[in-house]
Amino acid sequence: MPIQLEDYQEIAGPGVTEELRELADRVAGRSMQHINSTPVGGGVAEILTRLVPMLRELGVEATWDVIKGDQAFFNVTKAFHNALHGKPEEITAEMYDIFRATTEANLHDFNFTGDVIFVHDPQPAGLVARKPEIGRRWVWRCHIDVSAPQPDVWEFLRPSIEQYDAAIFSMPDFAQRLPVAQFRIAPSIDPLSDKNKPVDNAQVNKVLEKYQIDPGRPVLTQISRFDRFKDPLGVVAAYRLVKKRHRCQLVLAGGGAADDPEGEEVLRDVQEAAADDPDIHVLLLPPFSDLEINALVRGSTVIIQKSIREGFGLTVSEALWKKKAVVGGATGGIKLQIIDGRTGFLVHSAEGAATRITQLLGDRRLREKVGENGYQHVRQNFLVTRHVRDYILTMLAVEHPGESMIYLA
Amino acid sequence: MSFYDGWQHSQRRGRSGPEIMTTPAQEKPFAFFTETRLVVLTGRKASNLEQLLQHLTQVSGSCIFYHTHYLYLTHHFEKPRFYNEFANWVSQALQEERLAERLGAIDLLEMTSIRDLREAIARVIEKHLESDKGTVRTSPPGEEFHFCEAKSFIMPTGKVAAGVSEFLDLLENVTNDCLHFHFFEARLRLERPTNDFSQWLGDLGQTKLAARIDALNPYAVTLDELKREIVKLGRRYASK
Repeated sequence: MPIQLEDYQEIAGPGVTEELRELADRVAGRSMQHINSTPVGGGVAEILTRLVPMLRELGVEATWDVIKGDQAFFNVTKAFHNALHGKPEEITAEMYDIFRATTEANLHDFNFTGDVIFVHDPQPAGLVARKPEIGRRWVWRCHIDVSAPQPDVWEFLRPSIEQYDAAIFSMPDFAQRLPVAQFRIAPSIDPLSDKNKPVDNAQVNKVLEKYQIDPGRPVLTQISRFDRFKDPLGVVAAYRLVKKRHRCQLVLAGGGAADDPEGEEVLRDVQEAAADDPDIHVLLLPPFSDLEINALVRGSTVIIQKSIREGFGLTVSEALWKKKAVVGGATGGIKLQIIDGRTGFLVHSAEGAATRITQLLGDRRLREKVGENGYQHVRQNFLVTRHVRDYILTMLAVEHPGESMIYLA
Repeated sequence: MSFYDGWQHSQRRGRSGPEIMTTPAQEKPFAFFTETRLVVLTGRKASNLEQLLQHLTQVSGSCIFYHTHYLYLTHHFEKPRFYNEFANWVSQALQEERLAERLGAIDLLEMTSIRDLREAIARVIEKHLESDKGTVRTSPPGEEFHFCEAKSFIMPTGKVAAGVSEFLDLLENVTNDCLHFHFFEARLRLERPTNDFSQWLGDLGQTKLAARIDALNPYAVTLDELKREIVKLGRRYASK
């Protein structure tokens, strides 16, 4: 049976689904179109997979469309992504041309159906060029940490972004001085998805066995795409420090995203670094491995998310939801999810990560305490129900520009 | 459309909820409203006190309200040292503890408008800057103060009390957002003379109870505690 809104009632807490129904009534009859660049892989696609059906169940006409792009385009947008995150990238005139040409091609083909159009991230940002012609309300939803973007890329995108009615960023640090309204909306996890739903011990053990992971020894795990910003080599370095005192194992597991061509290169580097140690398991998981990822996290002793730049880092919330102790890089949205010392630990280096992991491995009670706090923190702040509410509020907000208090009869 | 516009608008349409303050006292029911909010980012940030002060004088009243009230609504693993976010930032990012304590001690209950509150905060910072000339502390990168505000959406809850007894019964089960709206927002952000409960009870002739509730300090307790306190006062002081 498909997942329904009622299934979230108990999980999300009292009054949450009722509030959603009340709010959805206020946008009844209006449509919300989401546009991004990949149907699978990565946080954006994952969120939309759940969010769109929930909105529809609430009576909001939500749809989701994906722009078309070739490998050359995704190479450019990956470079844009890096540059916006603050990693220096040389963007040539030809690369800007490729971006413009793909935007043009999509503008030509695209069917804009929403009363409110949510455009996710830079790849489809240029579609707003159609706004003067067709009107509607346009929202640019940025999932990237743009607290210190490379100026040339930001300035290239700025004229497009300024045409939107509103922009959404995941945290205040990413806000810009823009002439359009900006809202803070954190991303979210779906507690009932394959990646997060309850899994029994037998299933967990089966997955550990499949990958030859010993359930009798501590397991440190980082679940991430193979991406330099996720610092997988830093994780290996931290593991080697911990390994001096603990007979632990390391799991580095992740899939690839269709719009991330850099992944293979990073994966090769990680495999090379791990080659001499049979206790390091580098797992490139195919799409639709969510249940296995779920089991791997549940079977782990400590979860690591040692990112050096991070748009949000939903893997942290996914682990906290399973009451796991998490050690995360003090960057981007990880700082919202990990309240240092309460819901996990924030670190700035491989050495810092090793220190915290060692403490956690030696103290089961500490692991349980931060895990329980983390679960509560996610329940209150990072579930998909809250995200649905915020998107409905965004629809209402762009219909009432400039007002700080809006009465909904 | 402001809250009041919406209120008048719905009166014209004859909706029951927002009529609470306009029909004759002996007949009018109390309609509970709730508030949900979207956080608005202003794009303004400060990394030292001069910048903080400059923005403070320019941001909206909604922004001042947000940074002095938002933490009352959020869950905490332990009681925050300050609910005033300016005080928290001054303490954590600038380590100006004396100033943080002075900002944290600004008595919100004494304020009758956001303007008063803004001026009070600015005065404390100005005084500190005057007495501390020459030392400019800057927050570490990534620890800047980001000015936000709330875009609030007010909805009727459907709970309407015809009299005091029913009012108290319903109050026991309202959400913190509802309580926050009628108690905090009503007085400071909407600049009503008192909280909505005292206003309504006073109009009903329950002056003693209205005064007792008005005298509560909502900033000293959690919202759950405040609710229990109001219900307790109601059961004790409501005249039959």
